[in-house]
Amino acid sequence: MPRTNQDIMAQLQRDILPLQGFKPPSKGAALDTGLGPVEAAFPNGTFPTGAVHEFLSSTAEDAAATGGFIAPLLAALMRNGGSGVWISSSRTLFPPALSIFGVEPDQMIFIDLPRERDVIWAMEEALKCEGLAAVIGEIKEIDLTSSRRLQLAVEKSRVTGFILRHQPRHLHPIAAVARWNISPLASELEEGLPGVGYPRWNVELEKVRNGKPGNWQLEWSAGRFRVLSPTVPYLAQARRRKTG
Amino acid sequence: MSKRYLSIWFRHLVTDKYLLRRPALRNTPFVLAAPDRGRMIITAVNALAQAQGIVIGMAAADARAILPSLQVLDDQPGLAGKLLKALAEWCIRYTPITAVDGADGLILDVTGCAHLWGGEREYLKEIVTRLKTSGYNVRAAMSDTIGAAWAIARYGQVTPIIEPGEQVAALQALHPIALRLEDPTTERLQKLGLTPIGKLLNMPRSALRRRFGPALLHRLDQALGREEEPIEPVQPPVPYQERLPCLEPILTGTGIEIALQRLLETLCHRLRQEGKGLRTATFICYRVDGQVIHVQVGTNRATHHIEHLFRLFELKIPTIEPDLGIELFVLEAPDVEEASPMQEKLWENACGLDNPHLSELLDRIAGKSGAHTIHRYLPDEHYWPERSIKAATSIQDKPTTAWRLDRPRPIRLLAKPEPISVTAPIPDYPPMLFRYKGALHKIAKADGPERIEREWWLDQGAHRDYYIVEDEDGRRYWLFRSGHYAEDKPPQWFLHGFFA
Repeated sequence: MPRTNQDIMAQLQRDILPLQGFKPPSKGAALDTGLGPVEAAFPNGTFPTGAVHEFLSSTAEDAAATGGFIAPLLAALMRNGGSGVWISSSRTLFPPALSIFGVEPDQMIFIDLPRERDVIWAMEEALKCEGLAAVIGEIKEIDLTSSRRLQLAVEKSRVTGFILRHQPRHLHPIAAVARWNISPLASELEEGLPGVGYPRWNVELEKVRNGKPGNWQLEWSAGRFRVLSPTVPYLAQARRRKTG
Repeated sequence: MSKRYLSIWFRHLVTDKYLLRRPALRNTPFVLAAPDRGRMIITAVNALAQAQGIVIGMAAADARAILPSLQVLDDQPGLAGKLLKALAEWCIRYTPITAVDGADGLILDVTGCAHLWGGEREYLKEIVTRLKTSGYNVRAAMSDTIGAAWAIARYGQVTPIIEPGEQVAALQALHPIALRLEDPTTERLQKLGLTPIGKLLNMPRSALRRRFGPALLHRLDQALGREEEPIEPVQPPVPYQERLPCLEPILTGTGIEIALQRLLETLCHRLRQEGKGLRTATFICYRVDGQVIHVQVGTNRATHHIEHLFRLFELKIPTIEPDLGIELFVLEAPDVEEASPMQEKLWENACGLDNPHLSELLDRIAGKSGAHTIHRYLPDEHYWPERSIKAATSIQDKPTTAWRLDRPRPIRLLAKPEPISVTAPIPDYPPMLFRYKGALHKIAKADGPERIEREWWLDQGAHRDYYIVEDEDGRRYWLFRSGHYAEDKPPQWFLHGFFA
């Protein structure tokens, strides 16, 4: 059996992944997020569940786009009557809008705490709770230590966490499996039709652990994601960094 | 099992309290007096004044004539009742059932309590010594019946502890005044020479009833244990309660945790056996200095899960100040509901709202930050955006109507619509551009208007015409104009939300 260097490297990569906590997906257990080519950017080609994802947004419009992008992911995670917890200190999310993306808003529990410190505490408690499908925390600032605690919690409970960071002051790396940046794109309708079309987003996967960052343009139409552009390699090779 | 009662008699309750407040009075005879029909009538006498023959009910002026150095102080009405109630609550550290007895005594139901202090004699001694060191002159007695304990505490000469079933022997030599009778009856007994109670016991009951009425027989039966006597506890005993007295006062957080863990274990074990779970639990700490600290937790679902309850209390342990030490811990479960372990198992693996882990999480968050921080929403039958959702009252609430999918709603809605300046063609075209927070947005695409009327039966005001707009950069907004265009004033436009 011919073994080239490439084969050996690929084999080693496959061996290392489980050690880093990325288990190869068992048949039928993989989550169908409908992200299509975006999933290919992740190790094993599956959207990592039981991990913490970080989403950055700089404007209120970006925050809305982020909300729209994660809602279908939540729908996939909460599919079988699962419940989610949305923890925030300044919540503007409008629950009925979640139903448009397939989430049952009454399955979502909102926890509104006055202080950011409490939000981080509650998020850690929620991530430790095995009965949850997803936990979303709107946290502006989080340090590396706190994010590691969240990471440890999800490794044990296999709950998927989303940290939404709106206008963070510091962009230091945190312990997250991926860092996303979602911004709205102009919608398009068929020629000649008036009005606003389906939501479209520019999805930037800035950092991904053991994966390939990239940039995609997605549209949410008829209850699923539609990829508008082929994968654009994210930025120049020199600027790519691995997240810790 | 026969009952055991302890009667405590405060001989100078109110004056002892005055002495505690003003130690300078220690060596002076003094009385308390209250005005009554224009005279000052003595309501309380201290030991020194009593030794000089001054009694309650005397006029203050007469008493001064007997003893010129007598001090007369103003009485505080209601003080005795308050003091007795506080003392009865203090006595809960010795037994869960304590009651105020008349104007100068307490009754404790000490059934099954004395062995914790090493026997009845030590128990009684402990209570009397503690009360005496706090400045109260007390006498106490223990017996099978309230009546006998009352009599021995006040008039007994031999021993304060009447062994079970020995009431007749103990009461025989006492004067009938010890039977808690009305004054005329006592006087008549005295006149007839029926002085020691023993003489009454040998008389036929029908004769006694005919001469003295049923009250005498009633009191006699109560004292001898032929008739039950109810008492009214200051704090009604909670059916699910566990107590942990400590040999040495507990001062540290670790000590409190150990006590809590032990109490939870016994209480939860009992709840599990009976197939029940608690909804609220109160952890009560009795401090050495007489203060009582209450810590309460609540749960969303009836539970007897020790670890979970411990974690709920754990968040509040730092708020307990042991000060000089805590000598008794009590754990109560005032709200207890049925909890079937079968159902818990069914829900264990589901990740829905029924999951016990989730309700435990919510309990912890509610325990730390308050239940008002947790929200869950259900659809409501209103078009007005702010009213289209209602808060669910509990985690089990199901939506009564389906979530509406036919009207697009923004993913982020501002709590209060923010005013914007807009250029829009008349009559009902969407705006061409708007300025929000200083930035100018040129509108490329728009949908609308969607008119939403204010529900006049709920509140007054103008309707809203909503537009979904997208600016040149692809950012999507939800704008509305408030009311109709009017000749005299410019229209008001607002930004209400952001679409995904």
